[in-house]
Amino acid sequence: MASKYDAVIIGAGHNGLVCAAYLARAGRKVLVLERRDVLGGAAVSEEVYPGFTYSVASYVVSLFRPHIIRELELAKHGYQLLPLECSFSPHLEGEGLVRWPEAAKTRREIARFSQKDAEIYPEFGLAMTKMAFLVKYILDNPAPDPTSLDPRELKNLLDFGKYFKNLGPDMLHLHSQLLTMSAVDFLGLWFESEALTAAMSVSGIIGTFLGVRSPGTAYVLLHHYMGEIDGAFRSWGFSKGGTGGVSMACARSAQSYGAEIRTEASVACVKIKNGKSSGVILENGDEIDAEAVFSCLDPNRTFLKIVGENHLDDRFVTQIKRYKLRGSSGKVNLALDRFPDFTCRPGDGQHVRGDISIAPDLDYLERAYDDAKYGNFSAKPFMNVVIPSLVDPTVAPPGKHVMSIFVQYAPYHIKEGASNWPSRRDAFGDAVINTLSEYCPGLKDSILHMQVLTPWDIEQKFGLTEGNIFQGELSLEQLLFLRPVGGYARYKTPIKGLWMCGSGAHPGGGIMGSPGEMAAKTCLTSGGV
Amino acid sequence: MPIPTPLHPRTSKLCTSMRWKEWSGYFAVCSYDIGHEREYHSFRHAAGMIDVTPLFKYDIRGKDACSFLCRIMARNIAKLKHKQVTYLCWCDDEGKVVDDGTVSHLDENYYRVTSADPSLHWFLRHTRGFDVTIEDVSDKLTAVAVQGPNARKVLNAVSDANMDALKFFHLTHARLDGGIEAIISRTGYTGDLGYEIWVDNADALNMWDAVMDAGRVHGLEAAALDAMDVTRVEAGFIMNGVDYFSSLHSLIDSRKASPYELSLGWTVQLKRDPFIGQAALRKEKKAGPKRLFVGLEVDWVELERLFAKHGLPPEIPAGAWRSPVPVYDMGGAFIGQATSGAWSPLLKKNLALATIGARHGQIGNRVKFEITVEYERKTVSAAVVSKPFYDPEWKKA
Repeated sequence: MASKYDAVIIGAGHNGLVCAAYLARAGRKVLVLERRDVLGGAAVSEEVYPGFTYSVASYVVSLFRPHIIRELELAKHGYQLLPLECSFSPHLEGEGLVRWPEAAKTRREIARFSQKDAEIYPEFGLAMTKMAFLVKYILDNPAPDPTSLDPRELKNLLDFGKYFKNLGPDMLHLHSQLLTMSAVDFLGLWFESEALTAAMSVSGIIGTFLGVRSPGTAYVLLHHYMGEIDGAFRSWGFSKGGTGGVSMACARSAQSYGAEIRTEASVACVKIKNGKSSGVILENGDEIDAEAVFSCLDPNRTFLKIVGENHLDDRFVTQIKRYKLRGSSGKVNLALDRFPDFTCRPGDGQHVRGDISIAPDLDYLERAYDDAKYGNFSAKPFMNVVIPSLVDPTVAPPGKHVMSIFVQYAPYHIKEGASNWPSRRDAFGDAVINTLSEYCPGLKDSILHMQVLTPWDIEQKFGLTEGNIFQGELSLEQLLFLRPVGGYARYKTPIKGLWMCGSGAHPGGGIMGSPGEMAAKTCLTSGGV
Repeated sequence: MPIPTPLHPRTSKLCTSMRWKEWSGYFAVCSYDIGHEREYHSFRHAAGMIDVTPLFKYDIRGKDACSFLCRIMARNIAKLKHKQVTYLCWCDDEGKVVDDGTVSHLDENYYRVTSADPSLHWFLRHTRGFDVTIEDVSDKLTAVAVQGPNARKVLNAVSDANMDALKFFHLTHARLDGGIEAIISRTGYTGDLGYEIWVDNADALNMWDAVMDAGRVHGLEAAALDAMDVTRVEAGFIMNGVDYFSSLHSLIDSRKASPYELSLGWTVQLKRDPFIGQAALRKEKKAGPKRLFVGLEVDWVELERLFAKHGLPPEIPAGAWRSPVPVYDMGGAFIGQATSGAWSPLLKKNLALATIGARHGQIGNRVKFEITVEYERKTVSAAVVSKPFYDPEWKKA
């Protein structure tokens, strides 16, 4: 028997839950369907090993929009963002580099490598802050489409243009450079120290199949300065209880507005007739009718698996097939029986309570990329490590720790073939632990449990095609009005009544909530439900 | 975390109030006692010694040291004689102030610059074509300021140099008790008679002890930032990051200021070889600045009356303040902001330093100054007066 909803949301990722909460808040009857037995999609906390809670996939909260926290009353539902204070880049020789929350301390730190860089560092921050207004506009508005002649579209473009008006020529030039240059070249406009450039450049490559010297990677650097203008003052942080804490708060918020959430309810397909969706059919055969169907899955999975090519025109299918997912990263989660000591800066302290980047120099990063280009995981990968248990005692027993290691590069398409990843998993895990042990020698002996996720595992576990953590690369050719494909960047799809609300939609990946929020709002304002 | 200065073993022992703040990455004492009054009065009636080590200090050496500084600075350094010190500012290409500080002419082809912000990168950006070396000596030199009417007696007592011969804004090499090599400059930030003593970090503690020992009979006391803040307002001195923003740290253009707007036009010497910002400054001088940095004296009688309505005596901050307050013309239109101020215990006046529209800036002009009286926003009139508010005759004598 079919039950009738205003909206059904496929996938209880954080974006799906945000979308559900907004729709339910607007009085709509909403059902969220989740394939797994836990909520959160890639923003999920799981007690994989007794007593230790891993943020299994995503590990820090990046740009979760402050207005979503306010509007959905997420604090009331248990959301708390704990400070991620430092950026630490350990080196094999010397003390490494730490960027601290205090300006004077950071200046002294960078001055060990270059005094000039140390003094210019705040100027760089100022320039990036000015330009971060652009990112804020982009994150909080549907993408304006320059190819459209619709007057409403032109107004959007005008609004967008207003931002540029006040920048002045110097900033506009810088802007163009930012959009086209590589992270390394862009940083080179300011800095001379390789240690600093390497440490900063990695934020341009996370989740892409690009190297720090590849053009187009500079733009992502901007995201790191968003906090300055966001009124949030801590855009980056640890979610209490792991990143699943965000999802659980969104779920409770959605439920408080009346949304229903069903787990272990895998969707087999979208019901489509005459190019219009009318609901979904579950793997168990249940049919659920709904006025609107929102897919929080990636574009590939949405259109090629649960919609089906036969319902779409060839041109669209071709574009979706070209949409770049190519996962490039893996994840290693560790349960540790003691504090992991870094040789170059021993002991517990503020420096390990932020993110720790294994990015000692530019050639190191480029070599890591070289391996990936030819179908290997990096023998010595770039790693972004966090130890959330230092900040959040709820995720590990007293005195014990969890360590989350984001590893790049681990190409989905290894030369042995993606389906052979399981046979390479141990070797991949070993490469990670061996490399990290060079910086943190006691690590190996302190491991109580280890979870290794290759991109293939990420695909199997989270349904992210090719293991792409952002549901599609955050590269310029598939951002803004091109995300996921030109003409369909406004959460609408060629199927009437079917909407996209995941990271594969504008403005993209990360624990941001924006795609979910804007999909819900766009649908509500356009009378979609 | 800030770091201690080389004088920390002495200052921390005296700092019974436990009141510290960060100054350029160093721990600096706010006031040794809970209140700053005793220290303030030491500056004004005897002498106070304050640790000013956190100032940024750069040594410029080389054949082109002078022409390099001429190129950077808005003031003509070519005129700076050996063993002379000058106060000045430096600008960007648009003629907006980057920082202000002093330049000392230590020796032939050898100068020392002090600044509020880290400036090495700015200097290095402009060394092209000049035969100069720039050394950041910020962390190598310890500096104290001995300020107040008895400062000369203190310095005469502790050093072998003749302070009576040391003119205002000049410097001398000296040997302090215990054989400590020092540079003594007749400079300071209190607007009083005063000197600054510069020594190697290794001599810091011996220097402090020697000066304290010799100064005690002349009423010398350790004094700190809260007290100096009141004196610098009385002296009408501008402060980077408080009264204006460096053009390098301004998020928006309207926060940048030219020397003329900061009423530092007297430090700008336009008629000479090209220097950074010259063209823009010429233009601005011709057109006249849009704003001026002025001294305000807040009408006390009016202020008393506003509080009296509530049965209260005037409630004003006990020390110097630096949270900006809007300033209006007599008709109530916004004309600018007072950025710092203080009740002067000596003058018994409520003083403020403000940046306001140039046409409101003539001496004697009256403006409205915002004040909060029993939670309610009010305005009280204030007069534009000439700076310094306090200018003792012995300062330059």
